[in-house]
Amino acid sequence: METLERIIAEHPFFAGLESYYTNLLTGCASNVRFDAGTYLFKEGEEANEFYLIRSGKVALEIFAPQRKPVMLATLGEGEILGWSWLLPPYLWRFHAHAVETTRVIALDGKCLRTKCEQNHDLGYEMLKRFAQIMEQRLEATRLQLLDVYAVGK
Amino acid sequence: MSTAAPIEPITTDPMLTQPYSVRQVVKETPDTFTLALESQNEPARNRFRPGQFSMLWVFGVGELPISISGDPVEGDRLVYTVRSVGQATQTLVSSKVGEAVGVRGPFGTGWPVEQAQRRDVLVVAGGIGLAPLRPVIYEVLRNREKYGRLVILYGARSPRDLLYRKQLAAWARKRETQVLVTVDYGGLSWRGHVGVVTTLFKYARLQPARSTAFACGPEVMMRFVARDLETQGFGRENIYLSMERNMKCAVGFCGHCQYGPHFICKDGPIFSYDGMRPLLEKYEL
Repeated sequence: METLERIIAEHPFFAGLESYYTNLLTGCASNVRFDAGTYLFKEGEEANEFYLIRSGKVALEIFAPQRKPVMLATLGEGEILGWSWLLPPYLWRFHAHAVETTRVIALDGKCLRTKCEQNHDLGYEMLKRFAQIMEQRLEATRLQLLDVYAVGK
Repeated sequence: MSTAAPIEPITTDPMLTQPYSVRQVVKETPDTFTLALESQNEPARNRFRPGQFSMLWVFGVGELPISISGDPVEGDRLVYTVRSVGQATQTLVSSKVGEAVGVRGPFGTGWPVEQAQRRDVLVVAGGIGLAPLRPVIYEVLRNREKYGRLVILYGARSPRDLLYRKQLAAWARKRETQVLVTVDYGGLSWRGHVGVVTTLFKYARLQPARSTAFACGPEVMMRFVARDLETQGFGRENIYLSMERNMKCAVGFCGHCQYGPHFICKDGPIFSYDGMRPLLEKYEL
C-alpha cells in the first residue's frame, strides 16, 4: 500500500494534495493491468472506477449503428481516464480499450464517492481537479471539431 | 559542422523569374507531393534559410508562394512539398520530370534557428506545416552538439495524411530526439495517438524555460499551440510561428499579404508570438 500511496502522491493529477487525502485515496486504489485489445469499460456500463494510467495507451471510442467505432482520443502515461463515476447516473458514456498493454492504478469510484460525501473538502479537491481535465478535453475536442487540416479551411 | 548560409536571393532582381526543371516528384500522401527542382542556369546558387519561401511560376496557370522543404545545404536543387488544393497546385504537382517551373526567391525572414542554440528545440507541426519546418530539423540534426533536446510534435488529419513517414521514424531513432505523431481521426488499425497536436505537449521531454518552439500549421492551431506553450512555461519571445496570407509580389510592394502592421512576405512569414499575440486574437484581420 505504501507503494500505491507514493504513486498516487507523485501523480501530477494529485499534485499538492495533502497526505491525509492521498492516504484516503489509497484505500480505494488497486494496481490493474489490461492486455492489448481488452476493454476497460463499455458505454452504458456502471462507472465505478477511474484510472491513473501508468504506462500503455487507451483509446476512447464511440459507436453509431451501422458504422465502425470512431476513435475520439487516446490517453497515455500520466493521464487520467474517466469521470463518469463522479456524476450521476454513474454510467460510462463511451468505450475505452487498451491499444497496447496498459498498467493503471484503478480507483474505486463508489468508495471515493462515499468518502467525498463524508469529507466535502476531499470532494471539492476532486471536483476541482476533474473540472480542469474536463476543460482540457473539451477544448481539445472543440479544436478537433474544427477539422483544421481539411481542404479549404 | 555547416550551417545555413545567410539570406542570398537567387537573383538580383526579386521580380525576375528564373527557369528551373523538375527533377523528381515524390507522392507523400494522396494529395501532397514533394518536388525537387534544379536550375536551368549553371552554376546553381540555391541558398536559403529554413522557413523561407519561393514564388513558383506554373506556366500558363499562375504563381504560388511555396515554402522550401529541403535541406539548406543541398545547393544543387530546391525542394518543395505541395498540397493540391486548386488549379495551380494541381498543375504543379502533376508536373513531369523535365518540365519547366519558374522560381523567384527565396523570400522571407526564416526561422531563427541559431537563436535556439544551447537550448531545447520544440517543433510543432500541423498538416502540411511540417514542410516549412523540415529544414529546421535538418539544421538541428546536422549541428547536433549545438542544441539540446529536439522534440518534434506532429499532428495530421488522419494516418493517410502524414508527411515524411519514413523520415519521422528515422528522426525518432536519433539521439536526444523525440518524435510524437497524432491524428485527429484514427482508424481502428491506427496504433498511434489520436487527438489534436496540443494533447502531445504533456509527453514532450524538455525544459520549457530553456526551450525554443517553432510552430507551423493552420492559424487556429498555432493560436492554441502558442497559448498552451506559454501556459507550460515557454517565454512568448521563444515561440515562433509561421504566418500565411495571400502573397503576390513577395517583396512588400503589393500589400496583398498585409497582416496588421506587417507584410507577411517581407517581415515574415516567421514571427515571434510576442509580437503576434494581439493580432492572433483579432476576430478578423
